[in-house]
This record gives sequence, C-alpha cells and structure tokens, in this order.
Amino acid sequence: MQHFYRRIYADPDFHELERKRSRFSWLLASIVMLTYFSFILVIAFAPELFATPIIDGKTITWGIPVGLFVILLSFLLTGVYVYRANKEFDQITKDIVDRVRKLDDA
Amino acid sequence: MLSIKTHSLLFITVLFLSPSLLFAADAIQGEVTRQAVNVTAIAMFLAFVSATLGITYWAAKRTRSTKDFYAAGGSITGLQNGLAIAGDYMSAASFLGISGLVFASGFDGLIYSIGFLVGWPIILFLLAERLRNLGKYTFADAVSYRLRPVPMRSLAACGTLTVVLLYLIAQMVGAGKLIQLLFGLEYHFAVVAVGVLMILYVTFGGMLATTWVQIIKAILLLLGATFMALAVMYQMDFSFETLFARAVEVHASGLDIMSPGGLVSDPISAISLGLALMFGTAGLPHILMRFFTVPDAREARKSIFYATGFIGYFYILTFIIGFGAIVLLVNNPEFLDTGTGGILGGNNMAAIHLSKAVGGEAFLGFISAVAFATILAVVSGLTLSGASAISHDIYASIIKNGDVIEGEELRVSRIATIVLGIAAIFLGIVFEQQNVAYMVGLAFAIAASVNFPILFLSMYWQNLTTRGAFIGGSIGLITAVLCMIFGPTIWVDILGNAEPIFPYKHPALFSMSAAFVSIYLISIFDKSQSGQEEVIAFQYQYVRSQTGLGAEGSKESLLTNN
Repeated sequence: MQHFYRRIYADPDFHELERKRSRFSWLLASIVMLTYFSFILVIAFAPELFATPIIDGKTITWGIPVGLFVILLSFLLTGVYVYRANKEFDQITKDIVDRVRKLDDA
Repeated sequence: MLSIKTHSLLFITVLFLSPSLLFAADAIQGEVTRQAVNVTAIAMFLAFVSATLGITYWAAKRTRSTKDFYAAGGSITGLQNGLAIAGDYMSAASFLGISGLVFASGFDGLIYSIGFLVGWPIILFLLAERLRNLGKYTFADAVSYRLRPVPMRSLAACGTLTVVLLYLIAQMVGAGKLIQLLFGLEYHFAVVAVGVLMILYVTFGGMLATTWVQIIKAILLLLGATFMALAVMYQMDFSFETLFARAVEVHASGLDIMSPGGLVSDPISAISLGLALMFGTAGLPHILMRFFTVPDAREARKSIFYATGFIGYFYILTFIIGFGAIVLLVNNPEFLDTGTGGILGGNNMAAIHLSKAVGGEAFLGFISAVAFATILAVVSGLTLSGASAISHDIYASIIKNGDVIEGEELRVSRIATIVLGIAAIFLGIVFEQQNVAYMVGLAFAIAASVNFPILFLSMYWQNLTTRGAFIGGSIGLITAVLCMIFGPTIWVDILGNAEPIFPYKHPALFSMSAAFVSIYLISIFDKSQSGQEEVIAFQYQYVRSQTGLGAEGSKESLLTNN
C-alpha cells in the first residue's frame, strides 16, 4: 500500500486536486463561520438590529428572516460541496488512482 | 391519582435534556407535577417498543462481526445515515426543549437552533471525508493512524467516555423526569425501563438496530412536528405575521419575544458559546461514529447533506410550534397550572400540550410515544459509542495491541455495553435530585477542547507529534473541566459560593485555545526520533485520507491490514 501512496504523492495531478479541494472547503467553511459569528456578535453587541420590524407596523422583526437565512445557507452550502465533491473531485481521484494501479500492472 | 411535587431545580434537569438548552440555566422555573397515567400514550409507546424490539431481533440475526456491531457492516446509505444523524439531533430535548424555550422567550430559541445546525457544514467541509477514509469504527482510529496508539487512544477514549457519561447522566435523569410527567410512572421505574430497553437494543442489535430505531423515530418525529406546525399555521390562516402578532398580544413579555433576550450579553461569552456549539458537534463521539456506517466517503458526504436538511427543517418547525404554543396555550385554562400561572408541567411541556390542542388525545398519545422513542434512540447511540471506546480503543488496541480474534472483540463489546447500561441506570437514579444541567454543557466543551483539536490537527497538520497531541489534548481536557468547576454554574449555583473564580459560563474559548496552543508548541519543540517519524508518515496518511485508497470498506483494505 505504501508504494501506492508514494506514487500518488509524487503525482502533480494529485496536488492540483488537493489545491482545488482545499480552496473550496476552506472557502465554504469561512463563509459559514463568518456568517454564524456575525450573527452571534450582532446579538451580543447590537441586538436592536434584529429587533427592528421589517416593515413598519408589522410584528416580524429582522432577526427572523436573518436566522432563516443562516439555516438555509448552511443547507445550501452542504449541497454545493457534496455536488462538486461527488462529481468532480471523486472523478479526478479515480483517474489518479487508476493510473497508479495501472503502473503497477505494467 | 397521586401527585408528586418536585423542587424547581429538578424541573430544570428536564429542561436540560437538550444540548441546545445547556446554557439557558435561569430561563425557566417551575414545579413538576406527575400526570395521571396516560393510557393512549402508553398503548402507543408499547406499540413502538414492540416494533423496535422486532427490529432488534432482525438486526441481531445480521450482527455477527465486530464490523456489524459497530458500523452496521458499512451497509447504511447516505439517506438512511442522514436520517439517523438528524435523529440524534432531533432528541426529545430539542423537540421539547427548544419549543419550550421559544414558548418562554421567543427568538432566543432560534439562537440555539442555529448554533447546533452550523456545526454540520463545518464537519462536511473539514472532517467527514478524511475521518471516513482513515478510521474503522471510532474517531480514535483516525487520530492514532500515524501517531502512537497507546497514548492517543487513551486520550481519545478518555475524551469519549467523559463526554458519553456526562451526556448519558443528563439524558437518563431527563428521561426519568419526562416519563414521570408524560406517563405517570415512577421515576425509578422509568429510568430502569429506559436502561433495560437500551441494553437490549445495543447488546443484541448493535449499530444496525440503533440506526434503524433512530431512522424510524426521526421519520415519526418529522411527520408529527410537520402536522403540528401545519395545524398551527392553518389556524393563523397561513400568515406568519398573524402568528407573531397574536403571540406578542398574549405573551407576558410582549414584543420582547421578537428579539434576542439576555442569552448572550457580552462578546466573550457569545464567542465561547458559539465555539462550543459549532466545534463541540464536531467532537461528539457518538455522532462521529456514524460516519463509519456508510460504505465510503461519498455516502458520508451525502449523509451530512441530508442530515443538515432534516435538522434545519426540524428547527424551523420547532420555532413555529413554540409560537403556536404561545398563541394556543397561554390563557387557555385547560393547560394552565393555577398554582404557578404557567402551563402544566412547565415550559418543557409546551409542545406536548400543543399536540393535544391541535390533535386531541390520540395525537397527544402519539407525540408522547415519539418523545419516549427519541430518548431511547439517543441513549442507545451514546452507549454504543462508549462501549466502542472500551472494547475497540482500550481493550483491542491498547491492551491486546490489535491482536484480537474476531469473536473476542465482539464479546467484549457486548459486555462493555451491558456494564455501561447498568452504570447509566445507576447514575440516573443517583443523580435524580441533582442539577445535571451543566453536564451537557461540559460534554460539549470537552468535545470541542479535546476530541475536536486532536482529530482536526492529526488530519491537517503535518508537524503534529504524539507528544504534542497527548499533552496538549490533556491540557484542553483539564482546562475545560476546571473552568467549568470554578465557573458560575458549578462554583456558585451548585456549591453555593458567592463569586465564581472563573467568570464565564462557557469555557470553550479558553479550553480550546489552551488545547490548540499547547498542542502546537509541544509538537514544534518535539525533536524526538518518533516525533520525526510521525511527521514523515503524514504524507501516507494524507494520501489515504484524500483518496480513500486502503480505507475501511475499499477493495485494497481487504488485502492489507492497515
């Protein structure tokens, strides 16, 4: 097994895949963390922002659609990641692994 | 009809079934009164119990190997696992606790819901694939992949068992109280009943049974909650404005329910709480264990997508249910406790009473049975996780050095389950009169300060060494425990001192920082031979974690014993 790992580690396509994957994961993770911690900090520092009604005279305040947005965003981003990872990244991975296995047979 | 009045502190323990309520310490006070024995509910839960025992019997026939016992043979699909994971999060506590919190304070309930949801995308983006590719049954497998197993598995097992036991005690006490409330049964009997059923499910059915019990319960709970939310909205002519306006009219706090309350008031507490919720989720051993039940990383990713969807949807429902409860229960004499002025049984019962208000006795019975089901499912998962730490991490890997025959590890797993189950029953009875609220908070803080750092760093950071991970992780554990003990929750509220030594309720910011900083420093300064070898081995670990080559369940894993 280790010789497989060594070959893959030496393959430039593998590192290219890793760069793509890493950028993508961290981008999405940062969006979620930023959104969530902003939400938390507004509640700690400026809760009046969430207490304002969205339309004058109505009861629904901004906090509610914002909260809903955070929930939906989390869900959508998981979908985005799964879609790209299961389709694109897995395909590239498969190509790399197949190539390395063929070298062994050769 | 007997009625047992219990101290308000006990009532708070029911409230704290839920991870989401771990920080709502002084939100709700009230008295617990035992309901009359509720026949419809008992009939429905007996039906549920027989169905789940049937599942256990079916699962037992299919559970022959250790892999079956811990990982359901790797046969769970992404969708099934997603439902099972969501089930772990849609506990009786979330359902009753969050809707109860919304009933009491409105918007604040949403803050917790969101906190618990956002951990999931993070797990997906950063942890899930690598974990699935590196491990076999427990997250300790992944952590000790290139690091020395004895110290790492000990620390991971320690982290697992502390989290599991704290969580279990809180769940068992809460379960006893809840069953007492819902079905009119004696507390001790309730705890023993829960414990015995849990032991049966796990010992005989392993992960396969616990997963399917969790799935079925999740579906029932989603259906029930959807019905309740729709019934509420129907009465509001499907207008959210109407729902909120009417709630504001009748609620004691009026317009305040539409905005954040006093839950997080200063930035340090806010961030600390946020960290514990987000990263604690990523360190809960019984959750991480579920990633090994699917055949590969692909299905693991899908399960998180589904889980996030179901959990998010559920929290939206509980928000509607909480507000619906305000509109339909407050000022409704059927549900009011004339003694306290609040609803019968306290705020935690809001969803239960609402089920009767919208669906009559039959639906009330259904919801009560489902509430019982959720407790059973969650404690089963916890027990299985604890058993895996004892038999897989400690016995098979440390004591026996990986040299166990198949049947042996399985037998030890079953024994560990029974022992843990009995311990859970015993502790549940012992802690009946104690305030166990802080335990879930501490469990999350430990998960975030020990399990998460060592797992995350072992998969991401090349220069991590065993020495750094072990000592740093232990520092995280000790910091979390000490901060909790010297903080307002234990030092002041429980031990009765005037001023807390550690000023914050939520230690995560400090214990996580302590863990990461010490792990980093000790690893960097570790010039030992074994340390250097571990750094080099990172490459192989990295390739396997990213490609799945040689992972448990892949073709290559059958050839090697890695």
